[in-house]
Amino acid sequence: MTETIVIAEIAKGTIHATTSELVTAAQALGGSPIIIVPCTDASVADAAASIQGASKVIAAKSDVFNHYDAAGWASAIDAIAPAGTILTSATPQSKDLAARIAARRNISVVQDVVAIDGNQLTSPVYSGKAMQTVALSGPAVISVRANVFDAAPSGGSCDVAVVDTTGNMATAVQEFMARASQRLDVAEANIIISGGRGMGSPDNFVHLEAIADTIGAAVGASRAAVDTWEAIPHSMQVGQTGKTVNPNLYIAVGISGAIQHLAGMRSSKYIVAINKDADAPIFQHADYGIVATWEDALPVLQSTLAGMMA
Amino acid sequence: MVNIIVLVKQVPDTNAKIVVSGDRVDLSAVKKVMSPYDEFAVEAALQHREANGGEVTALTLGGAGADKVLKDAKAIGVDHIVRIDSDGDHDSNSLQTAIASVLSELGAEVVYCGKSAADTGAGSTGPGLAERMGWASVSNVISVAFDGGITVVAPSEGGDARISVPIPAVISCDKGNMKVRKPNVKGIMQAKKAKVEVKTVAIQPSSVAIVAHTMPPAKPAGKSYEGGAAAAEVARLLRDEANVI
Repeated sequence: MTETIVIAEIAKGTIHATTSELVTAAQALGGSPIIIVPCTDASVADAAASIQGASKVIAAKSDVFNHYDAAGWASAIDAIAPAGTILTSATPQSKDLAARIAARRNISVVQDVVAIDGNQLTSPVYSGKAMQTVALSGPAVISVRANVFDAAPSGGSCDVAVVDTTGNMATAVQEFMARASQRLDVAEANIIISGGRGMGSPDNFVHLEAIADTIGAAVGASRAAVDTWEAIPHSMQVGQTGKTVNPNLYIAVGISGAIQHLAGMRSSKYIVAINKDADAPIFQHADYGIVATWEDALPVLQSTLAGMMA
Repeated sequence: MVNIIVLVKQVPDTNAKIVVSGDRVDLSAVKKVMSPYDEFAVEAALQHREANGGEVTALTLGGAGADKVLKDAKAIGVDHIVRIDSDGDHDSNSLQTAIASVLSELGAEVVYCGKSAADTGAGSTGPGLAERMGWASVSNVISVAFDGGITVVAPSEGGDARISVPIPAVISCDKGNMKVRKPNVKGIMQAKKAKVEVKTVAIQPSSVAIVAHTMPPAKPAGKSYEGGAAAAEVARLLRDEANVI
């Protein structure tokens, strides 16, 4: 049988928790995976050795992994990964990498997988308005959505092999432009609080920001809000023509729940909706729905959450 | 003078309701449109032509019904429209192999595409084609500038990065701050008369086969509350019941 290989997800120079979920997904495909950790400093890979279920950790060490370049990363990983099925996280960067590695090996890629049953993989299509199940008949590269598979427990101890690799960078970064705010991007956050046109004015987003800062959330927006107000940038937009997110918690405030917004957030683990219109479609998707104006609900939410975090 | 190709795909209108009939989606009653991100790719391709000279070819893959998306691109201002004739589903490997062969045949130097198509949402085609062609690629691009080469801005951890991209390259476009131009009357008239060049390519069999489409699992009804004061109770449930705070 061929190998199953997990490419560790790296965030802020360390192994991201979703890597443990990838190990569970890999086990669902059969076997115990090899974890490849792209790194510039091999000590980063040590954290992967404690993920139970992995057979081996390879610290793939290269200057290429300093910052992301699709061509460089794909060639450097391909050079050291054995033949077999490869799993990555379904973040925008890792989906790009998955597609590139698959093309390099002349195998197929299946993105955004949320369920694995034998050789059958299920992913959302039409932005989550339907699900598609496909059958594999050979090795493939698979990207797996976060917060879907249980994390493999820690406490294991497998060997870490440090392997030097290299690849040719095709692009060159001229400059990094740090985000003005310290707040997370919606694509990276585990909790998102989003506002729609029901917020009345972009100035009122400060109330969402205050809650976001209390609980470490990102602030998002509906397309209606982005299209209406110049002050709300497209980078905040959640929905079919914005970002598709599936955080642990999504709080929708003053968002009616247009089909194209739902498409971008319906797979969130828990959804809270605050809207003054009891008939708003968003309530059909909410785990907790509050029929109220944001002016009434947000101060209560803010003070309660602040009390909990204190 | 740059030979620019823009990939466009026909997809169901993103506001359409998707219906599953038997074990497949039934799109027969659904309006078809250009995938939204492809509109930004067309715009970037036209801006590239205006900056550096050259010609833009819109390329799609599909049956005769997909000619409409090419005509739409023509109305916006592309020079040539080409369709790879194919019905049916292909996995990424078969699809990209076919498109890559046509890119070579057309002498493509720069390829623009949307960051993902609104039907699959996969986003595999751009980077996959770049790898097959041995080219550079940048995905999720939010701004493009031309200075002989291409300079793009794309998200990077904690912010954005300004990146120099050598030609040849594939650029996958997000919305960013790009304003797309609309077709004018002259463009629409020209598009009506324009002829689609149809290419026939042998497409290899897929190793990934669609088994079934299903509707997403229905969510059990949630708890509902009236009045803003309930936010305190919801906050407690988020901590104690959902364990997400």
